Amino acid sequence: MKKFLLFSLSLGAVALLPSCKMKTAETAVSGDAASKVYVAPGKYDEFYNFVSGGFNGQVSVYGLPSGRLLKIIPVFSVFPENGYGYSEETKAMLNTTAGLIPWDDQHHLTLSQTNGEQDGRWLFANANNTPRVARIDLTTFKTVEILQLPNSAGNHSSPYLTENTEYVVAGTRFAVPIGEQQDVPISSFKENFKSTVSFISVDKNSGRMNVAFQVVLPGMDLDLSRAGKGPSHGWFFFSTYNTEQANTLLEVNASEKDKDFIVAINWQKAEAYAKAGKGKKMKVQYAHNVFHEEEQSATSTTETEVIVLDPNELKDIVYMIPCPKSPHGCDVDPSGEYIVGSGKLAALIPVFSYQKIIKAIDAKDFEGDYQGIPVLKYNTVLHGEVQKPGLGPLHTEFDANGNAYTSMFLSSEIVKWNVKSLEVLDRAPTYYSIGHLCVPGGDTKKPWGKYVIAYNKITKDRYLPTGPELAQSAQLYDISGEKMKLLLDFPTVGEPHYAQAIAADMIKDKSVKIYDINKNKHPYVAMGEKNAKVVRKGNRVDIYMTAIRSHLNPDNIEGVYVGDEVYFHVTNLEQDWDVPHGFAIKNNPNAELLIMPGETVTLKFVPEKAGIYPYYCTDFCSALHQEMQGYLRVSPKGSNVPLKFGTGEMKAVAANQ
Amino acid sequence: MHYKHFFSITFTAGILFIYGCGGGSTQQADTRETPAATPAGETGTTAGTADDKKGIGKFTDVPLTHPLDAKMVTAGEKTYDVKCGSCHKLSEEKLVGPGWKGVTDRRTPEWIMNFITNVDEMLNKDAEAQAMLEICMVRMPNQNLSDEEARAVLEFMRKNDGKN
Repeated sequence: MKKFLLFSLSLGAVALLPSCKMKTAETAVSGDAASKVYVAPGKYDEFYNFVSGGFNGQVSVYGLPSGRLLKIIPVFSVFPENGYGYSEETKAMLNTTAGLIPWDDQHHLTLSQTNGEQDGRWLFANANNTPRVARIDLTTFKTVEILQLPNSAGNHSSPYLTENTEYVVAGTRFAVPIGEQQDVPISSFKENFKSTVSFISVDKNSGRMNVAFQVVLPGMDLDLSRAGKGPSHGWFFFSTYNTEQANTLLEVNASEKDKDFIVAINWQKAEAYAKAGKGKKMKVQYAHNVFHEEEQSATSTTETEVIVLDPNELKDIVYMIPCPKSPHGCDVDPSGEYIVGSGKLAALIPVFSYQKIIKAIDAKDFEGDYQGIPVLKYNTVLHGEVQKPGLGPLHTEFDANGNAYTSMFLSSEIVKWNVKSLEVLDRAPTYYSIGHLCVPGGDTKKPWGKYVIAYNKITKDRYLPTGPELAQSAQLYDISGEKMKLLLDFPTVGEPHYAQAIAADMIKDKSVKIYDINKNKHPYVAMGEKNAKVVRKGNRVDIYMTAIRSHLNPDNIEGVYVGDEVYFHVTNLEQDWDVPHGFAIKNNPNAELLIMPGETVTLKFVPEKAGIYPYYCTDFCSALHQEMQGYLRVSPKGSNVPLKFGTGEMKAVAANQ
Repeated sequence: MHYKHFFSITFTAGILFIYGCGGGSTQQADTRETPAATPAGETGTTAGTADDKKGIGKFTDVPLTHPLDAKMVTAGEKTYDVKCGSCHKLSEEKLVGPGWKGVTDRRTPEWIMNFITNVDEMLNKDAEAQAMLEICMVRMPNQNLSDEEARAVLEFMRKNDGKN
């Protein structure tokens, strides 16, 4: 009753003072919120929410509206839960020209699209630190491809994509020297540092990625980007800051100018130039890692060439649109006509008109140039400005009814406004300091709408304290009515930046349950227990092992010596959903395995001391799970213990192997 | 995993029980390893011959051919090697599951086919299957055999039992 009173009072207060005054946590939630997020035991959520992991390098998957964590997909970081990056099959996924990088920073996600709508096939993710783009298969929720980017640093404006997933884009947050001469004074930024935008083509059927071409831009920081859609399909838009070209104390030096730019790239024209041989072939090196489904193994290939396009030579592919004060978000509305630039230090939100941009370009109505690139006139291409939206606009998502939702970092709120009229319609406080936000399908031609999720940068007192390091706070709002309603707080892992949400029906029925053992083409598969064996070649010992409830075969192995390179290739013979087996052996510094039904996974072990090494299944699989164990005997180097293995009875291995 | 058995009929030790579980809610939770909860007195612990016991599943009549179909025997053996041999010996010896020697005398062809292709429901409801579970203490995995593969395995069992 007291709560109800408080709530009514606060509603009254809000009605009287529709300013951006913070409501308290207690008053922000209305009475029926719980029933709107309650998903009964055994029932499914309505949406998948793919959330970037930020500094943990992974992607997490939540159900909405419940906010329940369903899975963590390892992408750019090793993952102790399932052996990603530890197993021999997956190490190549994390390979780069600088070797295996076990931990990166994952910022943005984009679901593949067809005709500007989500198609539920793939999820793309960027590595922000060592520039890479990954593709995740949404039938297996597995990272299946990682492409490193040459001539790149700080891959921030990525992996946004065109409306038929023709290209995934990767733009540089850090300008760096490109080409042979990399060892230059930092103070030579203006002359030696360049920004690049990579256009990564995506094969329609296989999803295979390839750096089709790069556009080289003057040195500055490319921040975020979006492709045009509908009428603006064929264009890509990037926000920029540090067009001052500072190389130190950017906090001050990159905020001097009243306006930075939104860069508009005509990618269809650039594509035509690249195909016509108008680009330069540049010698570079970058890794291309592919996980092969049938062999269940990844390979890493070094690519050696990239095509670069120079807008100073190809005059009609790049234009600059002045945009106030270090724009961050650069978002295109569902109609494709409006481009929203969110100047994070500005007190207004400019909205540009695609039609006006094209008209100005056609009329060559420029105010000058920036390092040789034509600059359009702000007022000529402006649709209008959202006045006094709040402080620190960052990102904008859209619903299907012509409304935009912009996150306001400084004033810690979501502001709803009408794209055409530019009128502010509603504001809802966030707890605290919202960064990205996500409306299901809110970046496509056909938003699902219904909810907006805030991914907040500060958590403070939202959950039980857990020492200095806290879970990140996400918040779910109902946007089906005129006013936004806070429904739920839910903690997230890592530090979410951008996220995507898609109707569960688009994915759930395609989800793979098992790998068909008969299609397993792993070079070290043991097709049934009959084929379990141990093979020695020099100091390499390959153990073809099988796992099924509730034994490993072989479960006794002798004749392995100190310093041998022992490979446990464990095949899970189960063909039932949700029956993985695990594998661990004592004193192995290289972790453990988790093996899905029908899969073969390999763990390398180099024993350093003679003795008995127990191994066992680490994933509770049956009533006799505790019995699922075995022993490896390791003898001193040079001893003559013969190679033998078995389960039940021991088989000797011919000595000449 | 969820099942919708709006109405299923089970014969147990000659007594007719009617299970009507709307939406599969309360009865016999489909947990993987907990032996299915069975009301007292319902468990048939006599595993012997079962001439007319066909089990639960879509197979109500599996015609046998004579002589054995050699192609099916070969295919069945191949499947056995990959999916069954880890737990079932071809002798009478029990490993994880019972040895296969004599299985085609102990069970009807329909029961075998239903058990292979409809493991979970059989283990949850079929008295004979439940009796075996009490002995083996490991639920037989659903190895996702197609109907064709299951039939081939049956042919291989018949061969193993010296049928022709």
